[in-house]
Amino acid sequence: MKLKHSGAQMDALKKVLRYIQKYRFSLILSILFSAVTVALTLYVPILVGDAIDYIIGEGKVAFGSIKNLLIEISVIVVITALLQWIVNTINNKITYHVIRDVRNEAFQKIEVLPLKYIDSHSQGEIVSRVIADVDQFADGLLMGFTQLFTGVVTILGTLVFMLTVNVGITFVVVLLTPLSLVVANFIAKRTYKMFRLQSETRGEQTALIDEMISNQKVVQAFSHEDETLEQFDEINERLEKCSLKAIFFSSITNPSTRFINSVVYAAVGLTGALAAIGGSITVGGLSCFLSYANQYTKPFNEISGVVTELQNALACAARIFDLIEEEPQVPEAENAKELLNPQGNVELDHVAFSYTPYRKLIEDFNLSVKPGQRVAIVGPTGCGKTTVINLLMRFYDVDQGSIRVEGTDIRNMTRHSLRRNYGMVLQDTWLKEGTIRENIVMGKPDATEEEVIAAAKASHAHSFIKRLPQGYDTVIQEDGGSLSQGQKQLLCITRVMLCLPPMLILDEATSSIDTRTEIKIQEAFARLMKGRTSFIVAHRLSTIREADVILVMKDGNIIEQGNHKELLEKNGFYAKLYNSQFAK
Amino acid sequence: MKKLLVYLKDYKKETILGPLFKLLEASFELLVPLVVASIIDVGIAGQDRPYIIKMILLMVALGVIGLVCSLTAQYFAAKAAVGFTKKVKHALFAHIQGLSYSEMDTLGVSTMITRMTSDMNQVQNGVNLTLRLLLRSPFVVFGAMVMAFTIDVKAALVFVGAIPLLCIVVFGIMLICIPLYKKVQARLDKILGMTRENLTGVRVIRAFCKEEEEIRTFQKRNDELTSVQKFVGRISALMNPVTYVIINLAVVVLVWVGAIQVETGVITQGAVVALYNYMSQILVELIKMANLIINITKSVACGNRIGAVFDVKSSLTESQQELLPGSSSYRVEFREVTLRYQNAGDDSLTNLTFVVRPGETVGIIGGTGSGKTSLVNLIPRFYDVAKGGVYVDGLDVRSYELETLRQKIGIVPQRAVLFQGTIRENMQWGKKDASDTEIWKALEVAQAADVVEGKEGGLDFMLEPGGRNLSGGQRQRLTIARALVRQPEILILDDSASALDFATDAALRKALRELEHSPTVFIVSQRTSSIQFADQIIVLDDGEAVGIGTHEELLHSCEIYREIYESQFKKEGETK
Repeated sequence: MKLKHSGAQMDALKKVLRYIQKYRFSLILSILFSAVTVALTLYVPILVGDAIDYIIGEGKVAFGSIKNLLIEISVIVVITALLQWIVNTINNKITYHVIRDVRNEAFQKIEVLPLKYIDSHSQGEIVSRVIADVDQFADGLLMGFTQLFTGVVTILGTLVFMLTVNVGITFVVVLLTPLSLVVANFIAKRTYKMFRLQSETRGEQTALIDEMISNQKVVQAFSHEDETLEQFDEINERLEKCSLKAIFFSSITNPSTRFINSVVYAAVGLTGALAAIGGSITVGGLSCFLSYANQYTKPFNEISGVVTELQNALACAARIFDLIEEEPQVPEAENAKELLNPQGNVELDHVAFSYTPYRKLIEDFNLSVKPGQRVAIVGPTGCGKTTVINLLMRFYDVDQGSIRVEGTDIRNMTRHSLRRNYGMVLQDTWLKEGTIRENIVMGKPDATEEEVIAAAKASHAHSFIKRLPQGYDTVIQEDGGSLSQGQKQLLCITRVMLCLPPMLILDEATSSIDTRTEIKIQEAFARLMKGRTSFIVAHRLSTIREADVILVMKDGNIIEQGNHKELLEKNGFYAKLYNSQFAK
Repeated sequence: MKKLLVYLKDYKKETILGPLFKLLEASFELLVPLVVASIIDVGIAGQDRPYIIKMILLMVALGVIGLVCSLTAQYFAAKAAVGFTKKVKHALFAHIQGLSYSEMDTLGVSTMITRMTSDMNQVQNGVNLTLRLLLRSPFVVFGAMVMAFTIDVKAALVFVGAIPLLCIVVFGIMLICIPLYKKVQARLDKILGMTRENLTGVRVIRAFCKEEEEIRTFQKRNDELTSVQKFVGRISALMNPVTYVIINLAVVVLVWVGAIQVETGVITQGAVVALYNYMSQILVELIKMANLIINITKSVACGNRIGAVFDVKSSLTESQQELLPGSSSYRVEFREVTLRYQNAGDDSLTNLTFVVRPGETVGIIGGTGSGKTSLVNLIPRFYDVAKGGVYVDGLDVRSYELETLRQKIGIVPQRAVLFQGTIRENMQWGKKDASDTEIWKALEVAQAADVVEGKEGGLDFMLEPGGRNLSGGQRQRLTIARALVRQPEILILDDSASALDFATDAALRKALRELEHSPTVFIVSQRTSSIQFADQIIVLDDGEAVGIGTHEELLHSCEIYREIYESQFKKEGETK
């Protein structure tokens, strides 16, 4: 298990390196400079120590040598700082560019993912991969890299410098410092469980908050506030307990390692002072050693933190790469044709389709639609009416058989040319963030002002748009925001009205528009549908009655097919459905 | 933020002792350079081994005391922070629950949730860090300076010069960066919004072949984000190098001044080492403090956002004394009711008057935005009227205790929402102690019995949050059952049959009519078929009742009703 785990991490690491590859010159420069920076940073205490050695006592101060040393220190310090800034800037650049690249790729993948993936994954989860995971990955990984690198260089550098000053004391430091690592590790292992419990409990609480506050109206309507609060308090109480444990035990790390450090410091002081009496080290050397003792232990503490960070970052990276490497939709067929000016001949030939292999849905479905014909799809709630849309628009591919437009299998034409020839109004109205005009011209970006207004008038959206604060330039928030459901739907209809494609797909489009507006819309639709092949999913039997073909669906299957009269005569499911409207 | 601090009062002891122990620890830390100085000046200079060992033991002892002090401090800080957050969370949750529909509409649900969760975590983190470190760092910085003064006044002046300079640099860079970070956040939000938008709108985007364009826009916004990130990065990257330069130049000056002082015999070599050590301590603490302040600013901002929610008061004031229901032959009565939503420019309902007798069925019909839902929302007092009054059993709804009033009413909202838990638990929302028999009865009336029977475990079937493991139609039927479980005197169906097919809708209406306790039923609908058999129908148009009467009456008297009816019904009926 653990091996497999680290295998996945190695895999993620390799992929990360591939992204960084592009910035390898910057990276090499950064590594080079930070090595120099570390070396210079370590060199300064030695110089200070030397300077202190020239301050022996009253009347025995070698000002000339001190002055030279101090000038040297000043120059080195300024150079170090400059290099440090450059390193920081380069690292920033690499980090932000890598995450930009990763995000761009992730987004591009979203645009070509098969609908199957998007429908079966929670949106929040995909969004959090593109946003939160990428952020965490950037923070952890690249900062981790640099800290890890400078940490290791600092440790090695300090070791070398200490050895040049005094071998004996160096051994004391080297032997004692791993202690703090051991302690930190010990605590981290113990707290891991507590943190997991904390984040689980926190998740539980968030879920409750999310559920209850989003549906507060229901909670209030049923006077369920007290019970909800009780439920909340119970979790809150548990969260307090495990948070306290997690926070306290993790906060032991710093004082403990600091204590170990002060023990090391004392040990250096002891051996150093004794050595100074013996004359094997100077006072300046001792003071330099003391500051090294501090510097030497710090990277150890940091490295253990960085390693967890890195693991965390790699876990995040692995999740993003999962998304990026997800199988895209079936690529366009070789020499895929462009569908040009179709008449509206649509044929479904022995089509079989199911979302999962275990549950069969559509089997051996045949349908031939002539230009200008209307196909109504009816059935009770949840009977899979949208499946037909998914197939026609090629959001999903059929399992068997074929769908042909103008005699050509839709898998042999480009998706874009197929979809451009359909006008679609979905049940879930969707508008993008932007102005009303931007939303309307989605299908025809070069539409003139007159065309836009004409389309809006035809779909009866013009009057309400005019009343909005900035008219057609009113910016609407994501998913329509302040517009009513009916208004949103009118906009979606306007969108189709503007580009007038030869084939239409209308999915319960009129179900939430009030009846008076609906009458007008139906008129507009009638105009729109004239001479156009249309597929309509609807509850309203008045629309259905006039259809040339009615597909009656139940539990995902098409169980009856024919026109209104035929189906009534058949006295089957459709007849039952139709008559039930008037049942008392 | 200040208002929140009230919730710390139960943790007075912890809030005071935490920082105090931290200061103790810091004081011991400040003594260490002095010990080192005396080792150099007395021990090494005097070749006194026992003295050195004594001093080293003292250092270890200081370390042990420091460890104990700081563990105590950490514990108190963690306890205060966690307990504080628990109290605030409880209070905030209760407060939000007490807000009325009006406030929820203006504030928005998603902000409430972020405030309860991530803002709250930030605040907890902030309190914890503040108690632990806020006093410590300035104490060490100034403590080091004071210690320097005890060693040598002239050398200490170097500290007086360096510290303000360091403060200016550290806080200056922070002040520049904080607003820039906000900008980064805003641009990140845009990226997030676009990602979400492209997932929800995937079908439309592909239907309109907008993939390429969306990718281009995304890349542009992503570049904008990157450029501001790099800009902030360049500025904040100055922090470490600049402080490093200042501190080390201060060391240079210090060594020079120290050299002069030693030459004239004012201080010793060991004292110079001590001064040098103090300077190093200051650097470490300042960096810590800068990070701390960034964290604290974040948590104060979060705290203020939480405080802002507390500032919102419910606009519904509950009646303190319960009045006895007056005797009235009407179950529900609207007297010249006018409703205007908060911040709305216009009335949503205007001058509405009607009466409903017990057991009657009322149909409410009208176009989108005509005020149908607004009307029924007034009965359980989800909103308060601007003018006029709504009376239930002869008593103004404003003189009821909210719970008593709402207990009478079973409401089925437009959006069918269920909660995580078993179906039984969900049904018991209507009536706490409802028996299985009562629940099954309600389910049957709501045409939902077969839904439950089809689920593994029946009433024990676990629903996911929001009831998302059921289809829309199934959810809707269960919400109807939930409202029926309590056998309400008044049942409100707010367009609740929209996801039901005609057959189920009709069967539901039939079952409702046959209910034994014959509730007063309000049916909001867009379909005339759902309401045409009601005892009275209210036709709304733009917030006004343009017709009240039975189906037959309205067909004659109300043009709008006739228009609606004909559009849906007559055409469909004619083939029959």
